[in-house]
Amino acid sequence: MTSADLTGVDGPGQTPPIRIRFRLDRGGFVLDLDLALAGRGVTALFGPSGAGKTTCLRAIAGLERVPGGFLEVNREVWQDDSRGIFRPTHRRALGYVFQEASLFPHLSVRKNLEYGRRRRAVAPPVDFDHLIDLVAVGPLLERRPETLSGGERQRVAIARALLAGPRLLLLDEPLASLDRARKDEILPFLERLHRELEIPVVYVSHAVDEVVRLADHLVLLAEGRVAASGPLTETLARLDLPEEFADEAGLVIEGTVGASDPTYGLVRLDFPGGSVQVVHSAEATGRRLRFQVKARDVSVALEKPRDTSILNLVPARVVAVAEAKGGAHVLVRLDAGGTPLVARITRLSRDRLKLAPGSEVWAQIKAVAVLA
Amino acid sequence: MGEVLQITFFTLGVALLGTLLILPPGIALGWWLARRDWPGKAVVETFVALPLVIPPVATGLILLKLFGRRGPFGYFLERTLGVEIVFTWKAVVLATAVMSFPLLVRTARVAFEEINPRFEEAACTLGAAPWDVFWTITLPLGTRGLLAGCVLAFARALGEFGATVMIAGMIPGQTITLALGIYQEVQLGRDTEALKLLAISVVLAFAAVWLSERLLRGRTK
Repeated sequence: MTSADLTGVDGPGQTPPIRIRFRLDRGGFVLDLDLALAGRGVTALFGPSGAGKTTCLRAIAGLERVPGGFLEVNREVWQDDSRGIFRPTHRRALGYVFQEASLFPHLSVRKNLEYGRRRRAVAPPVDFDHLIDLVAVGPLLERRPETLSGGERQRVAIARALLAGPRLLLLDEPLASLDRARKDEILPFLERLHRELEIPVVYVSHAVDEVVRLADHLVLLAEGRVAASGPLTETLARLDLPEEFADEAGLVIEGTVGASDPTYGLVRLDFPGGSVQVVHSAEATGRRLRFQVKARDVSVALEKPRDTSILNLVPARVVAVAEAKGGAHVLVRLDAGGTPLVARITRLSRDRLKLAPGSEVWAQIKAVAVLA
Repeated sequence: MGEVLQITFFTLGVALLGTLLILPPGIALGWWLARRDWPGKAVVETFVALPLVIPPVATGLILLKLFGRRGPFGYFLERTLGVEIVFTWKAVVLATAVMSFPLLVRTARVAFEEINPRFEEAACTLGAAPWDVFWTITLPLGTRGLLAGCVLAFARALGEFGATVMIAGMIPGQTITLALGIYQEVQLGRDTEALKLLAISVVLAFAAVWLSERLLRGRTK
């Protein structure tokens, strides 16, 4: 059993806002989850198809019943089969966005948006006009769902869910059925919502790029079990990730834009303990950006390399070394003046450089991806 | 001519009443079969389909035994409400209703099965209680299929013969429908009269089937 605690933002000792205990063995499909989720921010349920992500989400919504389950949201018990409690879906203050468009085909966009708003007494977390503005569906209000593009439909679906006044928003791969261009159209809206919303969001996805852009907390699911969980940056920096996530191991760091260098098309990002230069169009100084440094893009040198093409060299200290499952590589966890970094190097290199906890090294960062 | 008109309107009225009577239970059962799993479902399905497969005259005999003066329902109805069914216009309505019921249930069931359950689930997550979901989502989305089912049931009722003749008999001015009328006129050797009734039957049936097809096609568009 894995007990995952993502309650960092609420401080220790408090009851976590969302507690989930689902155990299911349905002819080979096993679900064994014991989670505590944060009261705000985006928690990503991430894992390959068949890992149990959608089942978990549907069980939270009450659309599926996991016998013997337990679920508490904001001190309201939604399910506790040991006490015979099961609150039906329509009495759970939640919003749900399905993978495929689920707009009611016989109603206009406006009627769709009003459907939930008129049925729940709770005030929505954002007001109608502001939300319409935020997801830019104003011009679509009188249209029929079948005349909308896939991206527009999902934006309306998200707005509809929020207008029902949810205290928990569940998103089931809302971008999975969309092509690249449509995804890029919606992601900024989700990011804006993320910044403005006070309610917790559970986001199911199997796409790494969505997760690192949107999530604050990460729950990795594999075969119905929690493989790892915690704040996004910490979890991705863990050295014991299962094989299927090892390639994604790395760090998401939030930094502030420093000086821009338009001549070379570079921007400096400052973060606690250092700074990096990244290829990016000029940005307003002081804006906060997320960027990702993957372990496979970080290498280490014992002395400061000279005359190298790699721009970003950061002094760091080795904190831990772990064999990655599967052989030739090891993951090295570094501390660069307070900011954690992870490097993926060969085992041979580790032995040659005699890397061990405490070694002083230079981390060479070959690539930095700006996320948002 | 007056008799022909009387028979035509009587038939239309009986078919309409029979269809309206089975509408609520037919829709309810169609939904129940499409959306829920329950023990004994297969038995109920088979039972409902019976009038489709056994000879209509046999269905009529069963009804006669149940609703006759000494039958369990017939006895009860006469004692408590003073209502007599057999060999009255009510028997005609009963026979057409029973014969049309399976058609309505089947079409209703298909109509509901074609609705993506995602829409109903979405309505639940937006705070709609089960009844609310049914009225605002399921029923509107199934309208076309249900209408087509009604027309089909109505058309079946127009042409009902076997069960009607068993339980209602052929009482001129009281239980004679188009189908019964045609049979009677031919028996009496009045072919011209029979052909008139036949022409009306063909026109009505044609109109009903055409309407039903139109509704069904509009749905799959």
